[in-house]
Parts: sequence; structure tokens; C-alpha cells
Amino acid sequence: MAELLRLDGVGVRLGGREILRDVSFTIAPGEFTGLIGPNGAGKTTLLRVILGLQPVATGAMLLNGSVGYVPQKLAIEPDTPLRVRDVVGLGLDGHKLGIRLPSRARRERVNEMLTAVGAQRYANARIGELSGGEQQRVMIAHALIARPRLLLLDEPLANLDIASVGGIVSVLARLARAEGTAVLISAHDMNPLVPVMDTIVYVASGRAAVGSTDQVVQPEVLSRLYGQHVDVLRVHGRILVVAAEETGAVPADAEHVTAAG
Amino acid sequence: MLKYLFEPGFFSSGPVHTAVGVGAVVAITSAVVGVFTVTRGQSFAGHSLSDIATTGGSAAFLAGVNQFWGYLAFGAGAAAFMEMTGVQRRRGRDVATGVVLGSALGLAALFLYLGTLRSSTTGASFTILFGSVFVLTPSTVPALIASALLALAVALLLARMLLLSSLSPDIAAARGVPVRAVGAAYLMALGVSVALSAMVIGAVLSTALLIGPAATALRVTKGPVRAVAVAAAIGVAATWLGIVLAYDSYYWPPARHGWPVSFFVVTLIVGGYLLTYAHPRWRRPARRDEPDPEHACSPA
Amino acid sequence: MFTGLMLNTWITATAVAVIAGVTGFFAVLRGSSFAAHAIPNGAFAGAAGASLLGLNPFAGLAAFSVAGALGIAGLGRRARHDVATALTFVMMLGLGALFVSWSTEYAQQAYSLLFGEVFGVAADEVLPIVALGAASIAAIAVMFRPLMLSSALPEVAEARGVSARRMELAFLLVMALATSMTVPVVGALLMFSLMIGPAAAARSVTARPLAAIGLAVGIALVTVWTGIVASYQTNWPLGFFVGVLGGVFFLFGRAYGAGRRRMAVRTAAA
Repeated sequence: MAELLRLDGVGVRLGGREILRDVSFTIAPGEFTGLIGPNGAGKTTLLRVILGLQPVATGAMLLNGSVGYVPQKLAIEPDTPLRVRDVVGLGLDGHKLGIRLPSRARRERVNEMLTAVGAQRYANARIGELSGGEQQRVMIAHALIARPRLLLLDEPLANLDIASVGGIVSVLARLARAEGTAVLISAHDMNPLVPVMDTIVYVASGRAAVGSTDQVVQPEVLSRLYGQHVDVLRVHGRILVVAAEETGAVPADAEHVTAAG
Repeated sequence: MLKYLFEPGFFSSGPVHTAVGVGAVVAITSAVVGVFTVTRGQSFAGHSLSDIATTGGSAAFLAGVNQFWGYLAFGAGAAAFMEMTGVQRRRGRDVATGVVLGSALGLAALFLYLGTLRSSTTGASFTILFGSVFVLTPSTVPALIASALLALAVALLLARMLLLSSLSPDIAAARGVPVRAVGAAYLMALGVSVALSAMVIGAVLSTALLIGPAATALRVTKGPVRAVAVAAAIGVAATWLGIVLAYDSYYWPPARHGWPVSFFVVTLIVGGYLLTYAHPRWRRPARRDEPDPEHACSPA
Repeated sequence: MFTGLMLNTWITATAVAVIAGVTGFFAVLRGSSFAAHAIPNGAFAGAAGASLLGLNPFAGLAAFSVAGALGIAGLGRRARHDVATALTFVMMLGLGALFVSWSTEYAQQAYSLLFGEVFGVAADEVLPIVALGAASIAAIAVMFRPLMLSSALPEVAEARGVSARRMELAFLLVMALATSMTVPVVGALLMFSLMIGPAAAARSVTARPLAAIGLAVGIALVTVWTGIVASYQTNWPLGFFVGVLGGVFFLFGRAYGAGRRRMAVRTAAA
């Protein structure tokens, strides 16, 4: 099968600190991949490598198609003069010079995307006034309107209420199937994604384990990854990863370094 | 009615023609650049540039050249310096920047003092600080218009990239926008706009023409295109009305000379902004359907 | 240099430096350097208006400074936007320009109100300035501990029954008092440098609050005294020396602080 993305032994160093070591996995068209791991494990850094914003120290990355990106948070003031439909439109041509001319085709494409993510109700509201879940939907439409082959999402489910989490996951799963777009979504809690994930990339201590959920989320695999004993509990259909004791196995401030760079 | 608004001679006066024309061009440029300034949260950069432009205007006065060249050189130079050091990204209120600006204003005081010693023109320091659109030297007008068109062209050319990178610099970079180059070009346009506003309403007041119409427009409109149009309209209206009132004020008490144009322009702009707080339709409380820490916390 | 009129200058300038150092310390601690920038702008309009009406300039200064302080306290609650505050104070500058333009010597007056004028202090102005200064210092001494607590740890202070809003209002009022006495001497545009520069420099040098206040006052005194001597010799405006010295001392303090931190890291590593 033709791969969309291949990472081969990727390692990243930031300020003399090793953030990622020997990470390898592939993503095929239409595949739904979860990038799971605790805060500070290097998930955001890995996404930035794929976006081409972070150079690698070792290994290679091969990307075979266009990428859309949904950042973790928008640092945006409520007063910002961008309506939801303007934001989605920027996904189409925000990187181009000059001002755009209004066109019917463009307006219809924006409306289509707004409907697809269920954001048509607040299409004319300002982006800065929306709730976190609403902003996530809008940013998904923003990323998908350019028809990328691969969609990257950085912790889109963090800080959302349960209903919004379910809504976003089902929108993503539906769009991935319908448009054949591959999805790579990072999260520190894997549970909302278990029903829809084809592959899991579990990152801890800067290293990654790759496979199906059943293959990867096993005590032996994760204990080797964390470098300490961890248990995997399955309670009421939820998966919990529990460490025997708190140690300094996780580079706690790795993501801070990323955010600054 | 119109007879009372326009005092005799308004339409036949050469300086008034120049003021009305240049005032409109400057107001439009400042308003358009101002919309991006407020959107990008860089009001503080605009304010800093106006303080430094004061130093530039004073230096030009001391050197005996038209103050526009001083505003322009110092405004654009400071913009380039800010881009290189990245201070404008710290979003204001920073003590260090304030102290540096204090030093710049100290220099301005010195230049004005030395300039007044050298030349006998008494009103010059007042003109540099608070502007006077009626005493524009005709020979600088083509340069004013050309700089305004240049700044306007840069703002419009980069409009979409600026909006995208104000939404998220990461997305913009991932889409191939040269974020730093775009930011630098925009800051240069900002420096030019500050210089132009300084010519019309004075260096220490130039923030008003830059930020005021844009901030008002952002409160009453939602989309970027309309915000730019409304801001330009407010800027032009305030400038023109200010010119008319200042012309009329030659006949008003208590002094025999006119009231400063900048007073009227600033009052009209600020009054317009405060009006948006009074009208219930524009008093928009931010909508919050769920508690979200988005604006409060940094990326974890 | 120490006779007659100049003696008035020395006394006034010393009082101004002391009060600027003390209030500046709290302004930096509370992060209200923006207020230190904004209140003097309002004071400019007040001074110009009062002199136009033939009133004592201090009346106008005090009225407009206090109004400015109340305005900031009011705006601060609703609009955290810098835009609203900045526009209000540009408006004040514009009003000042109008008042100044009505006077006959308008260019000279605008210049000295914005950039300071230390050599024209009349004998009957010395007493009010010193009295105002003493009142400001006394006010800060009275509320020293709650002010310190609510500046450094606002949440804790609230839990201990110190209202953050009332503290903010009280502090802004003291700042307004201080402004009314300092602006005629240092000028509206450079008041900020004298308040923030020494305090920020002192903070980089020492962590102990009382020592920092003392150091801030010391630096402000050196700045003003050097400025007077240099200004007397060269006839250049005092504001120039205050602005530049404020910047120099600040950079000095920053460099000292950075050097000390590097030393500390090296000691810890060894």
C-alpha cells in the first residue's frame, strides 16, 4: 500500500535535551491514527516534525501529500474581526498574496465545510467569542477545506466537556472515511479514540510503540516504554494506564521547550 | 445649515485643499494598517513607534529638514529594530520597553531645546508634538502620498497572510507563509503609518489615528473586509470634520489663532470609540457556552 | 549653584526623587507601570487648563491626576483592553494641547509641561510640593503591609480580608498625588522614566523589599541631582538627563542581575 507518511528512526534534540529518540511509523491514506502519551512526552514536537516546523537530529521523514493542521489552542482576542466563515475561508487561501475576490464557488465550499463539521449555526459569529469545542470544529473545517491528504490535530479534546468530545470524534471519523483523509490526532487520554483508531502511536519518555490498540496497550510494552512498571486496567470499558510509583521517567518540561521554539 | 458649518473662505483656501486631500489619504492608510495592528495585538508597538517618531521629528527639526523625514527614518528604523529583537511580540506593558522609550523622549526634549536655540521659529516644537495639517509644506506632499500608497499596498498585499498568522503562526508557517518576513514588512508599513499620522495630528497623538478608528470598527463589525472599510470611513470622517472645525475655530474665542486640528480629530475619534460602549447593540458580552481556560493558560 | 532660587530647585527635586522612588517600587511590583505612564498624561491637561484659568497649577494637576486614577480604576474593571485606556489618555494629551494653544507662549509652555522645568520653582511652591510629598509617603507608610501583601500575593490578600480593588484605588490615588508634584518638575512624558527606571533597576539588584525601596530612592536621587548639575552647566533640559539616566541605570541593573544569576548557576553547578 502506498504510504502517505513514513517516519524512520526520527530523533529530536532541543537545547541539548533529547526530546524524541528513534521514532518510526507509517500512515496510509484514510487511516485513523492516535498519537497517545502523557503530557510532556513529545507529542507536539512530533507533530511539528511532520509539519516541517521542527528539524530532526537523526532519521528521516517522508511525506507524500498535503497536510492540514489544527493547533491546540488559538491565542485570539474576542474582538478579533474574523467571523467563522472568514476563518474557514482562510484555510483555502490564507497563504496567498493580495486580497481575495468574492466568488460563489468559494462561498459554497465554505458553507459545505461548515455543514460537515456542524458549525453552520454560528457561521457569522466571531471566532474569539466561541467556546473551545466550537472553535475546534471551526479549525477542523479550516484545515479540511484545502482537501489535505493528512490531517494533524494537536490535543483537540483537551479542555472539552464530554458531549463536545464525542461530537468532535464522530465528525473526524466520518470525514476521514468520506473524504479518504488520513487523521493523526494527539491526546493524553486514549479512551474517546479507542472505537475509531486504526493504529495507536504511544509515546512516552521520548520513544514510541506502534500497532493496534490491543498490541500496544499492554503492561509489558508500556513498561518497557516508560522504563518502569506500569499496569493497564480495563474498567467499565475504559482503559487506564497506572504507574506503580511517580518517578522522573517522563521529561516533564519537554513540551515547554517545544512551545518556546 | 451648511453655511454655519463652513466659515467663509474654506473652499477657496489652498492650505485647506492640501489638508483635506492629504488628511484623507493618511486617515485611510492609518485605519487600514490599524485594523491589522489591533488584530495582531500590537497596539503597544504602534504606541512605541509614535514615541520614537517624536524623537525623529525633533531630530529633523534640529537638522533643519522637514520633520516628515525624521518621523519616517526613526519610525521605520525603530520598526526594523523591533523586528530584529522581537520586542513587539512581548505584547506591551513591558518595563524595559517603557524605559527605553523614556530615553527616546529625553532625546526628543534635547533636540527640541537645541533646535529652538538655533532657529527662531517658536511654534515648531508645538507642531512636532501636536501637529498641524494646515502648515504642510507643498513640496513634501508627493512624498506623503507615495509613502501612504506604499504602506497601503503592503497591507493589502499581505492581508490574508497577516490574518492567517494572527489566527495561528504555526498554521501559517505550515502553509508556507514566511511568517517573519511578512511580520517585518507589516511592521515597516506600521512605521510609515505612524510617520504619516504624526504629520497630521502630531507625534505624541499619532496613536489615536492609528488605533482609534480600527478599534471602533472592530467593535461594530465582524468581518475583516467590513472592519477595514468602516475604519477607513471613521478615520476620514474624523479628519475632515476636525479640519472643518479647526478652520472655523479661527473665529472662536479665546485666542486669535485657531484651535489645534489634532484636538478635534482626537476628540472625534475617542468620542466615536466611547459611543460603541453606550449603544446596547454593540455592548457584546463574550459568549461562553462552556468554561474554557483557552485564553487564560499557555500551551501545557 | 546653591543660592536663592537654586535652593528651591534642590529641595523640590529631592522631594520629587524620594516620592518617585517609593511609588515606583510599588508600581513595578504591582505591574501598574501602565498607570505610571497614563496618569501623567492626564496631569498635563490639568496643568495646562489650570494655568489658563489663572488657578494654581497644582489644583489643576491634582484634579486631573485624581480623575485619571479613578478613570483607570473604573476602566480596569470592565475593559482590560489597552486600547480603551490608551485612547482616553491620548484624549487627555489632546485636551492639554488645546489648553496650551490658548495661551500666548504656547510652544514654550507645552514644552516645559511635557519635558519638565526645574529652574523656575518659586519660593511659595516649595512648601506645597514638600507637604504633598510627605503626605504621599505617610499614606504609603500607613498601608505598607497590606499594600505589599496585595501587590505580591493578591489571592492570599483577598483571603485575609484585604480588598484588592480598594488597595488598587488607594495606590492609584497616591500615585496621582505624587504625579501632581512631580510632573511640573520632570514633565509629563518623562515622569514614567523617573518612577519606573530606578525601581526596576533596584529590583534586579536586591530581593529584599526595604532595601529595594531604599535603592530605588537612592538611584532616583542620583538621577535627579546629576540631572540638575548637568542641566545647570549645559542649559540642556532636565528631562533629557532624567530619561537617559533612567535608561542607563535600568540597563545597569539588568546587567548586574543577569551577571549575578549566571554566578549563582555556576556556583550551583560546581
